[in-house]
Amino acid sequence: MSTLQGLSFTNLNITPVFSICILLSLAFVLIGKKINHSIKIFSLSFLFSILYFYLNEASPYWYILGVFLITLFFTNKLKKYSTESLREDFISEKIIFDFITLFGIVFFAFVILFPFYIMLVTSFKTQIALLVNPLDFSLDFSKSLTELFKSYFVIFETYNFGRYILISSAVSVGTVIVTLLFAIPAAYAVARLNFFGKNFLSTSILIIYMFPAIVLVIPLYTVFSQLGLRNSIFGLLIVYTATTLPVAIYMLQGYFKSIPKEIEDAGIMDGQNWFGIILKIIIPLSLPAIASVALYVFMIAWNEFLFSLMFLDSPKSFTLSRAIQYLSGDAETPRQYLMAGSVIVTLPVLFIFVYFEKYLVSGLTSGSVKG
Amino acid sequence: MSNTLSKLEKRTAYTLVLPAVLLVFAIVLFPIFANVWISFKDIELKDIRIPEPRAKKIVKSISENQSELKIIYKLRNSSLIQKISNVQFQDKFPNNISPINLDPRCNFQSKKVICNFGNWEAKYRENFEITIKNNNGETIDKKAIKSQKPILSGKADNPLLSTNFTLENFKKVFYENNFIELLLTTFYFTFFGTVGAIIFGILAAQLVNQNIQGQTYMRGILLFPYVGPVVALAYTWTLLLDPNSGTLNALLVNFNIIEKPINLLGQKYITMSILGFEFKLRLALTTVIFFEIWRYFPLAFLFILARLQAIPQSLYEAADVDGASPIQKFIHITLPQITAIISILFMIRFIWNFNKFEDIFLLTGGASGTRTLPINVYQQGFAVSDIGMGSAVSIVIVMLLLTFMVIYFRLIGKRANEV
Repeated sequence: MSTLQGLSFTNLNITPVFSICILLSLAFVLIGKKINHSIKIFSLSFLFSILYFYLNEASPYWYILGVFLITLFFTNKLKKYSTESLREDFISEKIIFDFITLFGIVFFAFVILFPFYIMLVTSFKTQIALLVNPLDFSLDFSKSLTELFKSYFVIFETYNFGRYILISSAVSVGTVIVTLLFAIPAAYAVARLNFFGKNFLSTSILIIYMFPAIVLVIPLYTVFSQLGLRNSIFGLLIVYTATTLPVAIYMLQGYFKSIPKEIEDAGIMDGQNWFGIILKIIIPLSLPAIASVALYVFMIAWNEFLFSLMFLDSPKSFTLSRAIQYLSGDAETPRQYLMAGSVIVTLPVLFIFVYFEKYLVSGLTSGSVKG
Repeated sequence: MSNTLSKLEKRTAYTLVLPAVLLVFAIVLFPIFANVWISFKDIELKDIRIPEPRAKKIVKSISENQSELKIIYKLRNSSLIQKISNVQFQDKFPNNISPINLDPRCNFQSKKVICNFGNWEAKYRENFEITIKNNNGETIDKKAIKSQKPILSGKADNPLLSTNFTLENFKKVFYENNFIELLLTTFYFTFFGTVGAIIFGILAAQLVNQNIQGQTYMRGILLFPYVGPVVALAYTWTLLLDPNSGTLNALLVNFNIIEKPINLLGQKYITMSILGFEFKLRLALTTVIFFEIWRYFPLAFLFILARLQAIPQSLYEAADVDGASPIQKFIHITLPQITAIISILFMIRFIWNFNKFEDIFLLTGGASGTRTLPINVYQQGFAVSDIGMGSAVSIVIVMLLLTFMVIYFRLIGKRANEV
């Protein structure tokens, strides 16, 4: 186990630290509102950090800084507690819930972000560093940049990732465009016009969305093989469009219904036909919804894996996801390359998501919250 | 007047809807029905190519005399199992060039050689030769001859369209395929994945709803696993859980929780003893379920949070006046408000988890006791390359799904009436 000794947690003095915590919390409550809140939390956190440093002399300075910030964060949460507030009803329950909330938030944030962090850190490491100490989560910035980004250079030069990025982008953007071309008119018809079979259509849209890709794979594989559509980006585009259409229509028609009908009537008065109405009234008015559908479809197409696994077997037409899976198929491939590829495929999606979060979240929830 | 208007409206509606409906029909609905057809056929991966006649053209000079050339066509049947009937061959020559001693199966007219090869059995091969000469004795341009590709045609049965059916596939699915275990694994995975995702979703939503600072950031972060690409996430987890150099095992060993690393994704059972009772846990399956929960609790979280934020604050204020404790508030106000969304989420996630393929495939490939129905479709269809059998498993999935959906719509319909 000598290789695992890089960062050892077992030599921390848990019990004394715990008693200091309790003492500080007591002091905090007793002081109450006698001093200004920010001065109080700063001084107490500082005190705690010094005591902590005294107990664990081995810890590096950045570690103490982290301890200070965490204590600050926690004591800041204690704002409403004082000797008076302790007399409120159910105060013990409330305090417990407050702490569960705090620890819960930290727990969830950690559980979610840790794998992403590992992905990123691993992609900057060397094979030896990975094997020697799996518990080393730090990045070595003393290395030169080319050394640090070595995995990225390798996957672009040796494994042709530039090409895969292009293919993935082409397929995803293509899917977005074709899906919108099909979905906007259809959604308009479902939202506004009366025709026989409309109700049937709108329920079947949802039912179709429930059907899994895995039951479509075998027939599509056989038919595409016979038509020569396998290994072609066009074939992939058709399948992606068809599988995202139901959800796109569903999301769009919900929004179209919320546009006041009077605006369209005005358009009809002006002698517009349906094409003009969609182009000049509906689309400009529902740009946010269209944008959110577009982003959503883009993310589905970019992340898609099953069909690209089934349909693509020549490295010339791989998408990013398929390329990474292909890389991992070779047991010899160092894992930092795999992780560099994963970072490349994950970053655009996370970037889009963080940047356009509002649109996407409302798009995600629009369907089911009503029900 | 209004009649013509409504007619126009109908016609417009159909033109608008039709392209989308046709596309979805071709790619989504047609395969579901095609599955039924294929599942009754004894057909393998190698059968699905339609056999076609092929020819490779080689041009050779026979002597010093450049006005005569020999052309060899390497003819073959592309299929190893099926015959092609009525094979027609056609090749074109430049002006003034004509064949000598033409094969009796062929004839030459207006610069074209047309041959009728009759039937080719499976694996058929032949080296077919034509000697040509230039009528005015000049040198023949080899490249011009070579660049002209021969055209072949023939009739072959498409094995997909033949009408011999068999029940073998379904017999195999139910009797030879360890079907009960397959079904149990699928339900175990689906049920615990769904329930876990919803429980964690409720917890996370409750936490984030407590008016903490940076609520929107927290909401964004919690959704990362749901929006990230499955390939990247699955491989990161494989790396984390690796028994030799994975972070999780190293941490657990370091904290003295386990003595030696556990192969979380490669070990089928682990024996645990709790309170003196020993029981076996499906280890790899449980790990995969945890990945599933990690990846999909954000969706449950998002829906439940949206519902929580829609609960009128006055309800809680009234409860405060009545002196209710936080737990009472949760049980008597929050829970009844979110049961509707939870039941919808349960059904949607149940169906989607039931169909989950990528996650398990990327983590374990269906090994060590994680073979579910969708994985089995892939294994039968592409690893064993028995397409008919794969389709039969797909049909089983579709049947079960339809059952779930009927139950789902019954329940939701009832609920809608209650509310």
